[in-house]
Amino acid sequence: MIATTNRIYQIFKQQREKKNPEKLMNLFITAGYPDLDSTVDLVLGMEENGADMVEIGMPFSDPLADGPTIQFSSETAIDNGITLEKIFGMCRQIREKSGIPIVLMGYVNPVLHYGAEKFMKKASEAGVDGLILPDLPIEESYLIEEARKAYNIPQIYLVAPNTSDERMKTIDKKSEGFVYCVSVTGVTGAREGDEVARSVNRFIDRVNENITENPKMVGFGIKSHRDAKLIAEKVEGFIVGSALIDTIREHYPRDGWKEKVFEFVHELKYGN
Amino acid sequence: MLARIVRNSKSKIQNFLTKLEVNTIMKYEAPTKQGYYGEFGGKFVPEILIPAIEELEEAYLEAREDREFQETYESLLREYVGRPTQLTFAPRLTEYFGKAKIYLKREDLCHTGAHKINNALGQILMARRMGKKRIIAETGAGQHGVATATVCARFGMECTIYMGAEDMERQKLNVDRMRLLGAEVLSVESGSQTLKDATNEAIRDWVTHVDNTFYIIGSIIGPHPYPMMVRDFQSVIGREVKQQLQEREGKLPDYLLACVGGGSNAIGLFYPFLEHDEVRMIGIEASGLGADTGKTAATLAKGTPGVLHGTRSYLLQSDEGQVELAHSISAGLDYPGIGPEHANLFSTGRAEYHGITDDEALEGVKLVSELEGIIPALETAHAVQYLETLMLDTDEDEILVLNFSGRGDKDMTTISNQIVR
Repeated sequence: MIATTNRIYQIFKQQREKKNPEKLMNLFITAGYPDLDSTVDLVLGMEENGADMVEIGMPFSDPLADGPTIQFSSETAIDNGITLEKIFGMCRQIREKSGIPIVLMGYVNPVLHYGAEKFMKKASEAGVDGLILPDLPIEESYLIEEARKAYNIPQIYLVAPNTSDERMKTIDKKSEGFVYCVSVTGVTGAREGDEVARSVNRFIDRVNENITENPKMVGFGIKSHRDAKLIAEKVEGFIVGSALIDTIREHYPRDGWKEKVFEFVHELKYGN
Repeated sequence: MLARIVRNSKSKIQNFLTKLEVNTIMKYEAPTKQGYYGEFGGKFVPEILIPAIEELEEAYLEAREDREFQETYESLLREYVGRPTQLTFAPRLTEYFGKAKIYLKREDLCHTGAHKINNALGQILMARRMGKKRIIAETGAGQHGVATATVCARFGMECTIYMGAEDMERQKLNVDRMRLLGAEVLSVESGSQTLKDATNEAIRDWVTHVDNTFYIIGSIIGPHPYPMMVRDFQSVIGREVKQQLQEREGKLPDYLLACVGGGSNAIGLFYPFLEHDEVRMIGIEASGLGADTGKTAATLAKGTPGVLHGTRSYLLQSDEGQVELAHSISAGLDYPGIGPEHANLFSTGRAEYHGITDDEALEGVKLVSELEGIIPALETAHAVQYLETLMLDTDEDEILVLNFSGRGDKDMTTISNQIVR
């Protein structure tokens, strides 16, 4: 069970208590991209511009569930010298100034290599609220479960359009915080919004039938406020990653690049 | 009296059962239902691929018991691949060392020039059985790519091969072969531009086109059931050796020797002998410039347990758990991981693994070319050169089988540059 003090739990609870709640916006950025110094500022600025939660990507040399955009940001961040220690440091800095829920997202190998127990301890001390490991499905989650539970770090699992009803129910039981709904089959990255919206409708209906214990956030392929409104209509929130990284890539390192990124974030949440 | 008889027979039955139990324990059974070989293996894949590997597992377990499927496979191995391959006695090599008798299992004589086609053929039959229309594969040296393109041509199926840009450069001939066979060869520019990155890209393709696409993995890596399925298809090598040696020598081999990258040719040879404790099994990794130089592919010697490409095994990785670039003169061994079953055989000590450097492998090329008139693939040459060490341990009345996994034609540019001049 997720602790009621957990910040992810809290924001969904607050959302439920509102009369006409907005969709929650969860933004992904790669730690150490575009440089080591910007990650904390980006998170704080994104929060000011409407982000309700952030996913901080822990770069891995072989991001096989990611498209070209996040491959690029991961590679750059590794070249910049990102390490797990530095990522925990960034989380601590964010925590000094903000109560935004922080989810760490990455591949399981660096976590195992660092040591699951040590990882969870440091994450907990740094104020991390959850963990997403796309290559650690429920079958293999035993590898980190004990450590995770010892330090109260929830694991957020994913469901995809080809996940069976039965499996969605199982994942709902195992997932804590929310369930991450991957709206299309494929790697992370930009797709045409209308195409996504059409194919995603039936999937979301199935998600709502089978996932009843957790809030749901939908991601993969959202590029604009309009995409988000369409796709997240029947769930609690949406996740944007690649489109945000692309925006950073477009403007960095020109003067005022962060402001451009924050404008994009603001538009994502509130529209023009 | 009667009680005593009952007691006696009871204890006899118990003895018998105990013996049975011992025999059962000795039987080699791996992987588990969850796809584990000891602590290695499993299925570390994104949720999107779970239905695909579950569907494959179910279909494969059915096919394995299906006589018609097996007969089709065997008849294609016979007519199309040219099996059984010869078990060639190597008289001059044997004489050169003056120790155990050396036999070469001639996988180089398979259609397309290496053992890879045993597996590609088995998997394309699975793809057909499952109604998949499109085939994808990764390739390093290009041998698996060629084998896959070949069976795709044979069955008229659409074929896309992912290959690292650097590998395309050094194995140009194989790129041309694949294209001639009708395959689309896509250059992978990400990361190290070798087999590891080609595999990432193939997995991304699979994730995106999972409904109609079958991924033919070339070695005993990847998520369960791949390592098991590839092993089963390659184990025709060891089964033939067992039978051929029985006919020739009336006994089991004392030593089995094979090169190991992912490890499919080695496991194909080892697997049918795993229950015979008296058979010593030796796998040879590529040390590259030397195991301690940082330019190596000796995963078991220098790696630690980790997760890559859907499986938990040994891995060359940095302090941060980032996968390191492997190096070997042989593109087919240039991989920072190894099949989970080898990781387990290594940790249990059932098989032993040693390293051979780039330079030593080139010596191996010369040795077997000059003494037996057979030019080996650079991969195979690693196993050949280890004879220099291993033969010292052997006796004249013993028998060694070396898996001659592939022929050297594809490597002639590299070989020419290095030794012929």
